[in-house]
Amino acid sequence: MSAIEINNISKTYGTTTALDNISFNVKEGELFGLIGADGAGKTTLFRILTTLILADKGSASVNGFDVISQYKSIRNDVGYMPGRFSLYGDMTVKENLDFFASVFGTTLEQNRDLIEDIYCQIEPFNNRRSAKLSGGMKQKLALCCALIHKPSVLFLDEPTTGVDPVSRKEFWEMLHKLKKKGISILTSTPYMDEAGQCDRIAFIKQGKILTIDTPAGIIDSFGEPLFAVSANNMHTLLKAVREYPEVKNCYTFGEYHHFTVRDVKFKKAGFLSYLGSLGYENISINQITATVEDCYLKLSEL
Amino acid sequence: MFRYLLAKEFKQFKRNEFLPRLVVMFPIMTMLIMPWVATLDIKNINVSVVDEDNTVTSRRLIEKIGSTQYFEIKERAITYGEALESMRFGDSDLIVNIPYCFEKDIVTGQGSNVFIAANAVNGTKGSMGSGYISQILESFSREILPEPASKNSDAVNISVISKYNPTLDYKKFMIPALMSIVVLMICGFLPALNIVSEKEIGTIEQINATPVKKWQFILAKLLPYWIIGLFVLSICFLISWIVYGFFPAGNFITLYTVTLAFIFAMSGLGILISNFSQTMQQAMLVMFFFMLVFNLMSGLFTPVSSMPEWAQWIAAFIPPKYFIEAMRGIYQMGVGFRDLIPQFIILLCFGFCFNLLAIVTYRKRS
Repeated sequence: MSAIEINNISKTYGTTTALDNISFNVKEGELFGLIGADGAGKTTLFRILTTLILADKGSASVNGFDVISQYKSIRNDVGYMPGRFSLYGDMTVKENLDFFASVFGTTLEQNRDLIEDIYCQIEPFNNRRSAKLSGGMKQKLALCCALIHKPSVLFLDEPTTGVDPVSRKEFWEMLHKLKKKGISILTSTPYMDEAGQCDRIAFIKQGKILTIDTPAGIIDSFGEPLFAVSANNMHTLLKAVREYPEVKNCYTFGEYHHFTVRDVKFKKAGFLSYLGSLGYENISINQITATVEDCYLKLSEL
Repeated sequence: MFRYLLAKEFKQFKRNEFLPRLVVMFPIMTMLIMPWVATLDIKNINVSVVDEDNTVTSRRLIEKIGSTQYFEIKERAITYGEALESMRFGDSDLIVNIPYCFEKDIVTGQGSNVFIAANAVNGTKGSMGSGYISQILESFSREILPEPASKNSDAVNISVISKYNPTLDYKKFMIPALMSIVVLMICGFLPALNIVSEKEIGTIEQINATPVKKWQFILAKLLPYWIIGLFVLSICFLISWIVYGFFPAGNFITLYTVTLAFIFAMSGLGILISNFSQTMQQAMLVMFFFMLVFNLMSGLFTPVSSMPEWAQWIAAFIPPKYFIEAMRGIYQMGVGFRDLIPQFIILLCFGFCFNLLAIVTYRKRS
């Protein structure tokens, strides 16, 4: 049985299509990442799966429970961490934890082992009001609250957005630990570099799934050579590269421009002299392996 | 589980920097200040006197007018035109024009005319003011002419007794009504704002994904305010007793029973408003509209029976109207529960309608 099953789910808000006929499964014990830009429909999907809103079409189930007819069972069984900090800011760290534990009919002590690694980091701030915590601390507290009742499925909506790089790394380490404890996790992120941490990822754009695979599988499917180029004037270089007849596609990527070519027999030397003739200096051209982001950009332009 | 929800609400209430103060200060200020200012008693009418006669009799009349608490002689104008000018600038509300030969005409038995002009921009003030003045003139003419002429007017003797409020104290009319407003605000609107604030902050999203049932969530919001509201109402009783020496003529059980029905109705309305509001600002604006209608159409200040018929129909759908009727009945007339059954039942009906609508329009899972 899959932890999450989504079949042909569609949802529109007025004339805007948030989700367009989406289907995929998340296996038990899997860490599944939903990758997409803002407004891709990630939050809408989370809200449907956590029984907060109803889909217009299609069906979905969590742990075998239907999101419509068996929503009560789902609410007892899943942990949800909304994208926006949604704990009580005027209550302390400890009070929030105790409250959410009691709402699920349990106590902090009973499930302490599950959240121990995370909780020990925020325990020194037990008596601080949660509104006064830093961004990373807030996310840790929210994760603790989502885990306090030992859910079997965890929904994390952009848990690392607005969190510093160190805390982000820590956060993913925690998710791996939780995964080892058998919890199925569906998480979303706009950061491509985090995608590699997931067992499987789905690219989502404008309510449609572009592809679903393991990070390695997605990179393999890139299927053509990729080059990185840099020179002294990066701004005009982009146009120059695009105008070279053998170049198929070129886009900025950090401090480089990445480009693909029409023919596998592409010669670096010819391209170098072309750029040199245009007056560029310090030119470097390297063949590289594609990253998840390259794949996302390639797929989303189709 | 409900116990924890309730504990959370009380904790948050106590921790709020503003709410506990509001809940205590609002009723106290209302009870201490409003009965004095929300009054339709007309006092301190500014009078401009044009004394063309300037004799002992005319000055005696002016003195008599000025000696009452209703009038204040603001100006002695030389001509009527001058007095009119000061009325135009708002310095005087009433002009008393005593004609030349006033004394002489009275002494010779011809009788004289005193001309009164009242500023009727505020209709009530104008008509009450000229009414008072005519009473004073009437008694003045009796004083100076104790002779046959007045004998005829004694043919009909009028005596008036003011029942239920012997001293005609407007405060006693206002106090029970002001209490209703306090209950309306604290038990009806504050919990609704609280629910909307959870929507606005986003915490409701987290709660909705838990097994907490909607009714538990809402009841946990309402109960603390109900308890606080009844406590505050009791403070109001105390203030009205200590400060105004005004003790309800009826009994407290009736008072609290009707209050509970009113709270039930107004909480329902509050939840209904919260269902349709995404932000506190929206909710406040809607409540502001309702407050305006409630204050002006429920008979709080002006009797519903003197409104146009269509307005009376609207007033019939305003729950505070019935509660204010009941409160005044219990407080001033000592009406028993049996006589308030219509009001009680109507309030309960409102309660059922509002709460039913609130449940129907509520979509936890839109």
